[in-house]
Amino acid sequence: MRILKKLFKSDKKVENLNRGILLFENTSEVIRAENILKSKGFDIKVIGPPAHVRKGCDLAIEFPIVEAMGILNLLEAQKIEPIDCLPSGDENLKPVDLFNIKDYGRFLMVRAANMKITVDKNSLTIVNISGGGCPDVPYLAACLVGKKLNEVPEPRKLGHTLCGYALQLAYDKIKELCLQS
Amino acid sequence: MLAIIGTVPEEDFPVLFGKVKLINDFLYIEDRKVSIQRGTSALIASACKVFQTLKKDLPYAYLVGDTGKGYGSKKLYEFFVNDIKKRSFDTLTFHYLMPDADWCNKILLAIGELSVKPFLIADAGFMYAAKMSGNAESFDLFTPDPGELAFLADEQAPHPFYTRGFFLEDESRVEEFINRAYKFKNTAKYMLVKGRADYIVIDGKIKEIVSEPVIEALEPIGGTGDSITGIVSALIDSGYNPEQACVLASKINRLAGRLANPEPSTQISEIIRFIPSALKALLGLKDE
Repeated sequence: MRILKKLFKSDKKVENLNRGILLFENTSEVIRAENILKSKGFDIKVIGPPAHVRKGCDLAIEFPIVEAMGILNLLEAQKIEPIDCLPSGDENLKPVDLFNIKDYGRFLMVRAANMKITVDKNSLTIVNISGGGCPDVPYLAACLVGKKLNEVPEPRKLGHTLCGYALQLAYDKIKELCLQS
Repeated sequence: MLAIIGTVPEEDFPVLFGKVKLINDFLYIEDRKVSIQRGTSALIASACKVFQTLKKDLPYAYLVGDTGKGYGSKKLYEFFVNDIKKRSFDTLTFHYLMPDADWCNKILLAIGELSVKPFLIADAGFMYAAKMSGNAESFDLFTPDPGELAFLADEQAPHPFYTRGFFLEDESRVEEFINRAYKFKNTAKYMLVKGRADYIVIDGKIKEIVSEPVIEALEPIGGTGDSITGIVSALIDSGYNPEQACVLASKINRLAGRLANPEPSTQISEIIRFIPSALKALLGLKDE
């Protein structure tokens, strides 16, 4: 695999070589790849690409380099082909991972990064989605608002951008909060 | 004349350009009907309400369907850079578009070739593109919320999703973030920060803070940021100076919110209906 040779030819320090990052054509592919790899138990995480390859609204997948072959084989079988594979480094950006929770009595709002989701605690209906700036935000709102939290498709299955990914984080959190009570 | 450039959440919506009409809760452009429930159409509807109240012509729009894959945004960018050469708009407002630094550069090049530069407003995805491409200072007005302000203040973040942890959205640090956004040249000359209190900023100096009335239920309602950007776009295009327009837009949005008596489940179209009443009340205009 050409992509693997390129990875191991890097002259980066050894400590940076225990993790690699996969770059994809678009965020949708990252989200698909993440779902597939997580479902198979790989220790991966979604990160921001290094500055020199960053387009702006992009994600990358960081993975254990020793598992590169298995990961690439699995993705190939699912017809997902990364456009590049690079050593990981400390300079990679990490997605925000803090939540803001606001209780309005009958309604609960959760914000993750720049996305907010609000649910009616009694009926579990998603009543509003706000924030964000990428064009899947209005689409996600159109698909999810007015539907039951436990009956809608997950945002990651509908969205394609970082804003969509942030909404997934907020959705996971509000689901955890609403369904545990 | 104002033109608004953005997307609608439909896959099969072609690139359309034309003057919009607003009838009840729907926009019409080139005979396509668009709900004003969210996003760019909520922004356009809010601008229309201002123009109708001030008895001015309704705006033009460049619209395309994009559900987040970016294909629609790319088609619209391609169309816009050619079409804008034939137009002479006074104000351009860029909104929900796939952030793309290269296309932001191309659009600014095309605008730079116009004989008169329009007043440039950016919000949502195109504001992200303006910052990430290093072109923020080419714009006249940004309308971020506090989270987006933190992103503008973080000189390394390419998207609000990657704003570093120590730039936590914190309205008590708005002034610090404003200073930092200007220090690193990551914002426009004018800024209207839309939050619990709205900050009107010119060249890094806070000119006014509008904080009344506070309507707690507005925060979860999708589209309240879009409505204020639509209102301020229409006011600037109608001749208000940008500072006056920002202050008035902030007050109109808040008052319309209060008149709608909202709760967290209220939809933005229910607030947009009250923009004419709020505008008339603030300008001392009589109902007809």
